[in-house]
Amino acid sequence: MQELIDKVAELSGQNLYGCYQCGKCSGGCPSVWQMDILPNEVIRLVQTKRVDDALNSKTIWICASCFTCTVRCPRGIDLAKIMEALRQIHLRRNVDHIDIKKVAQGEINELPPIALVGNFRKQTA
Amino acid sequence: MRIPYYPGCTLKTTAKNFEDSAIAALKVLNVELVELKRWNCCGTVYSLASDDLMHKLAPVRNLIRVREEDGSKVLTLCSMCYNTLKQANLFFREDKEASEKMNEFMYRERDYEGDVEVLHILGFLRDEIGFDQIAKKVKRKLAGLKVAPYYGCLLLRPGEAAIDDPENPSVFEDLFESLGVQTVDFPYRNECCGAYQTVDQVDLVAERTRKMINLARSIGANILATSCPLCQFNLETRQKDVKGKWTDFEEMPVVYFTQILGAALGVGREDLGFELNLFNPSELIYGE
Ligand code: SF4
Ligand code: SF4
Repeated sequence: MQELIDKVAELSGQNLYGCYQCGKCSGGCPSVWQMDILPNEVIRLVQTKRVDDALNSKTIWICASCFTCTVRCPRGIDLAKIMEALRQIHLRRNVDHIDIKKVAQGEINELPPIALVGNFRKQTA
Repeated sequence: MRIPYYPGCTLKTTAKNFEDSAIAALKVLNVELVELKRWNCCGTVYSLASDDLMHKLAPVRNLIRVREEDGSKVLTLCSMCYNTLKQANLFFREDKEASEKMNEFMYRERDYEGDVEVLHILGFLRDEIGFDQIAKKVKRKLAGLKVAPYYGCLLLRPGEAAIDDPENPSVFEDLFESLGVQTVDFPYRNECCGAYQTVDQVDLVAERTRKMINLARSIGANILATSCPLCQFNLETRQKDVKGKWTDFEEMPVVYFTQILGAALGVGREDLGFELNLFNPSELIYGE
């Protein structure tokens, strides 16, 4: 488990223990109503050695790296990078989060290239 | 004035109306965009993982292209391209070890030194042309418009890449004011539209679209303006999905701000690419 925590810290470049759980990140997150756990809970799970619960959450995939929490955290923690680190740990096990063959079948010609490239960059290995 | 220009993939495809209207509007302001002779996709999302240098190569390669043509600045229109190039450039400047590695990896290219300045058109209009100068060139009063300016995320965040105050920006409002165009005080102007999730989570993006358009409508707006082709797609095209579910929903056109800028500066409607907009706003803009 410590190995996983170290990996989150390394990939995100953040001091995970700097977070004092004020909840400001969750308060301003525009996606929070679609998440299963709150953004501040994600970091709490990592702090308390429950990285697997964070990895299995829907939240890390709902987060679209909008950087609202990043600019607001009173402790200067870049939570968007912690979310990315968790997604990366999942994807680097060579498991895609989405099935490219199944998504956007009807719309593939209408979607802007930035939508497709962005989506596949964030959600496939 | 001539300035090196990086278009990105989407401005050559679904957002051709953004590129066309920007070129036409800038021409009135005596600015010529000189497209880079060679360029590649910026990668669209800046890679946030500390060890991921691979995905930072694509944006940096574009900055090398700028140097190859002896440029010191590069102008972007798309907010996502702007953000990706800008963040990669900042990373490159700050992390000496990583930048050396990246230069070594790209050994066929000339070494990059982090010396290109990445600009977004909005900041460029404000800082290098000046809104007072733009005001002098206004030819057409767009009296019928009440614009909800929509910044989205990537012009404003993270802070080091922002073109304005991340929490309380004003560049859009100031530009419209100089054009004599009315705006509304739009509370959702810097909230995320759902971005790339539009590919696999249509409902999530449609629900945000519904909230945003309804709010904009309720405070008197009749058009929404943006500078991001993904925001534009989401907030306009996803209104079809909203309408499928909420039959009393009232649609609203979502345009590139350059389409309004161009119209105000006297560009004809045939040069602003309105045929690519889902809800053609030309009658609303031109008032006939
Ligand atoms: S805003 Fe910062 S300190 Fe507060 S809970 Fe979120 S990450 Fe922790
Ligand atoms: S970056 Fe992710 S967690 Fe942070 S506010 Fe945006 S969606 Fe929420």
